Amino acid sequence: MSEHLLTALVDWSRAQFALTAMYHWIFVPLTLGLSFIIAFMHTLYVRSGEEKWKETTKFWMKLFAVNFAIGVATGIILEFEFGTNWSNYSWFVGDIFGAPLAIEGIFAFFMESTFVAVMLFGWGRVNKKFHLWSTWLTAIGTNLSAIWILVANAWMQDPAGTVFNPETARNEMVSFASVVLSETAVNKFLHTITQAYLLGSFFVIGVASWYILKNRHILFAKRSILVASVFGLFASIMVAVTGDGSAYNVAKKQPMKLAAMEGLYNGGENVGLIAIGIAKKGDDAVGIKLPGILSFFATRDFNGYVPGINDLLYGDPDHDIPSTQDRMFSGKIAVDAFKNYKIAFDAGDTVAAAEYKQLLEDNYHNFGYAYFEDVEETVPPVALTFYSFHLMVMLGGYFIFIFAVILFLSLKDKFANKKLLLKLSVLNIFLAYLASQLGWIVAEVGRQPWTIQDILPVQAATSGLQASSVQITFFMFAAIFTALLIAELGIMFKMIKKGPNLNNEEA
Amino acid sequence: MFEALSTSVLQHYWWIIVSILAAGFVFLTFVQGGQTMIGQIAKNDSERSMLINSLGRRWDLTFTTLVTFGGAFFASFPLFYSTSFGGAYWVWILILFSFIIQAVSYEYRTKEGNFLGTKTFDIFLVLNGVLSTVLIGAAVGTFFTGSNFVIDRNLITESQAVSQWTTGTHGLEAIWATYNGYPSFIVNLSLGLAVLFLSRVLGGMYFMFSIDSKEIKQRVTKALKKCSVMFLVFFLLFVGLILTKQGFAVDPDTKIVSLEKFKYLHNLLQMPIVLIIFLVGVVLVLFGIFKGAFKGDDKAFWWTGAGSLLAVLALFLLAGFNNTSYYPSVADLQSSLTIENSSSSRFTLVTMGYVSLAVPFVVAYIWYAWRALTRKKIDKEDIENDSMSY
Ligand code: HDD
Ligand code: HEM
Ligand code: HEM
Repeated sequence: MSEHLLTALVDWSRAQFALTAMYHWIFVPLTLGLSFIIAFMHTLYVRSGEEKWKETTKFWMKLFAVNFAIGVATGIILEFEFGTNWSNYSWFVGDIFGAPLAIEGIFAFFMESTFVAVMLFGWGRVNKKFHLWSTWLTAIGTNLSAIWILVANAWMQDPAGTVFNPETARNEMVSFASVVLSETAVNKFLHTITQAYLLGSFFVIGVASWYILKNRHILFAKRSILVASVFGLFASIMVAVTGDGSAYNVAKKQPMKLAAMEGLYNGGENVGLIAIGIAKKGDDAVGIKLPGILSFFATRDFNGYVPGINDLLYGDPDHDIPSTQDRMFSGKIAVDAFKNYKIAFDAGDTVAAAEYKQLLEDNYHNFGYAYFEDVEETVPPVALTFYSFHLMVMLGGYFIFIFAVILFLSLKDKFANKKLLLKLSVLNIFLAYLASQLGWIVAEVGRQPWTIQDILPVQAATSGLQASSVQITFFMFAAIFTALLIAELGIMFKMIKKGPNLNNEEA
Repeated sequence: MFEALSTSVLQHYWWIIVSILAAGFVFLTFVQGGQTMIGQIAKNDSERSMLINSLGRRWDLTFTTLVTFGGAFFASFPLFYSTSFGGAYWVWILILFSFIIQAVSYEYRTKEGNFLGTKTFDIFLVLNGVLSTVLIGAAVGTFFTGSNFVIDRNLITESQAVSQWTTGTHGLEAIWATYNGYPSFIVNLSLGLAVLFLSRVLGGMYFMFSIDSKEIKQRVTKALKKCSVMFLVFFLLFVGLILTKQGFAVDPDTKIVSLEKFKYLHNLLQMPIVLIIFLVGVVLVLFGIFKGAFKGDDKAFWWTGAGSLLAVLALFLLAGFNNTSYYPSVADLQSSLTIENSSSSRFTLVTMGYVSLAVPFVVAYIWYAWRALTRKKIDKEDIENDSMSY
């Protein structure tokens, strides 16, 4: 395939993956967060036996169901897209990557779909205890699916527990535990899951605040806000803690991503973190700096060394950082050794084969660099990564503050008269979604051009398709997902307008 | 315990798991079949609503089984996952598309503010019912007739796809393809249509099983008779064709793939257990049809359901076992996929072997929850009194 055609195919495949994943991610965090909030409410109902908690639970469940359905609809395409659009990827690492996807199906998806049905339709049909269990199992099921897909994603960023087998020409798993329990995977899971709890809490608080503004269902709204603000404050603090953990892992495993997140071209020791700033092309970002903080983030030491983009591209012998040119060279040695190994192996020359195998192993950590012509190709889009990261972190700080305020005022029963705060709470729903999407942009755009860090870049990962085919399916998915999103929002707004089904004293 | 098994046994074990998932999927397409019958069975909105609600509590099981089937195939036979999904692109995209529109339809169809209108969502359900069953059937048909691809693992270092599809129609050719003059498309299509009509038979039986209404039952039994005849025609055609056609045999020593006359008939005779599974399956399907369509037995669903599980399982075992290529390439015979050359590593098969031990447990809780929800048949009041109904 010509260079030009390949670029078009790669770009459309990326666009399609980004489109479908980002759509999926509109719905997933709400499912993850709301499912626990509903479980708390359902528990309160079963404990107290009070009708008001039952109706509160039912109302949020209905909204959950509408969101859940479209989450499922947008998920199925992702499951198969690795095959349809990234078939080389699927072959090259399917031995590792397929496992979490299969486990997710067997353990998590069946659990969700089975118990969601009981949760939604169980009222009056199954006994109270089993019903409550089902609500909890739904919440646990959604969170289990998050574990497995995030293990899969984390593995791409930090390919642990794997060796390349030249006989089969693919990567093979050697340690399941290393794949599942890598620090990257654990951290990614915790960060993602807690930000989903945060988003779910904002959703509940925002909708309830709207009722208060409209002077409807006041007691219901206050009840809901109290549950959600406790959960939200806890979650927002955990998001910051785990976000810091994520950054630490990125620094260790993907230094180029970290440099892009900070717009850092020329690294060094005692590097400051930019609180507010502007990314510049080819040079360090400028802005208000918190001295030594980036070093601390990345190395747990205020004086630690953090490499910038230029250090990674051109090497920094003082800190044992090889240049990208060297890595490309080593990558080509690996590829040649792989080809020669095959020839020697087929010819039955075991001595030569063993030598080539060794050479391949010694250079395999640079394998993916063989695909590049120019060192600049290994730099991700800096500005997008930089702004996404900084906006996400700023929002994260603001969220902790606002949850603390809401909880404090709610406990004193003063929140309901703060008009401005109530309006802000509605806006916060949107901000939470924004931060959540930005997080994935940081993680995914920041790792470009790799599908598997240092091993397989995007241009070697696609299927053998015409760019035009992928272009057509891109627009197909864009059209159907947009139509379905509008339908979902329409239904949600109508349901919220209608409000919960409460008797007079509760309303 | 899985460590003690040979790699070949593990490969066979995983092929059985994948086949069970496929069989489970076909059984569960009663949801899809049911969706295509709603317009024909229901005479008013309240009946329509009963039909949809009876399927609506179960629809996601089919969907989830498909997703799990994909995941399990990916983990155990990654070369199939990459070759088939990336190659027969359009077939799979259309199948997935039909499931995307299904997934929201139940929940959204009657909700206020649903933008597209109830009618559109009802059409989505019919589209899903027809497209998914026919296309999946046709795609599985190519397990017996072959597809057009070439595999070269060395291309991974050249930035080219390891699996290349050789036709620009990317899989759609299954419905018009011939091979050396043999009309492969008839095999593919007859399986596609057999799956469609089987799903309708099962869907109808599920309505009888789960809904308490004389009128609906009457209309269902009538439709059942027609669908059963259509199913039998296409199913027998398909079975007749594959048992008489040449198949894709693999030499166990040289691994060379070649054409063998009556390969699938030989497989059936050389694997008596598969033959028994197949025959028991077919008999159960027929027995269920007899009970349901002619005796009006509400429980016919379970007979035909169990029968279709066994029959599909046997077909998959026929395609993959006994030194057969389960995903043959007619563009290049030696690129054909076998359970041996397309499986994941021994380590992954062993690891996933432990994971598979959870399957009976999963089936058990699904069963328990299903029973808990369907202890009582659906009737009119049920739908009207439930604020959660569709
Ligand atoms: C952190 C969580 C998370 C992430 C990163 C993803 N998903 Fe997801 N997914 C969920 C969390 C989730 C969920 C919350 O569990 C959903 C939403 C609704 C549902 O049924 O489960 C879901 C639904 C869902 C479904 C439908 C499940 C069903 O049949 O019930 C599929 C097939 C996928 N996802 C597959 C994927 C793939 C292949 C992803 C990778 C790109 C992905 N998801 C990202
Ligand atoms: C749901 C949240 C996710 C979002 C919003 C997201 C976003 C993106 C974006 C924006 C891209 C394209 C980047 C670019 O072209 O510059 C991309 C690519 C990709 N992502 Fe994600 N992603 C998500 C989750 C995942 C997960 C969980 C996985 C793995 C299981 C994954 C695997 C991939 C792959 C394979 C590509 C294509 C190769 C590549 O461009 O690196 N993504 N994603
Ligand atoms: C409080 C400060 C925060 C810090 C320091 C932080 C840090 C990070 C880092 C470093 C990553 C990249 C991880 C990787 O590339 O592997 C990330 C990803 C992400 N962030 Fe944050 N974050 C913060 C707040 C938030 C907030 C408020 C949200 C959403 C409400 C959020 C949502 C996400 C998501 C969805 C991802 C992608 C998943 C992942 O890679 O873990 N983050 N965050």
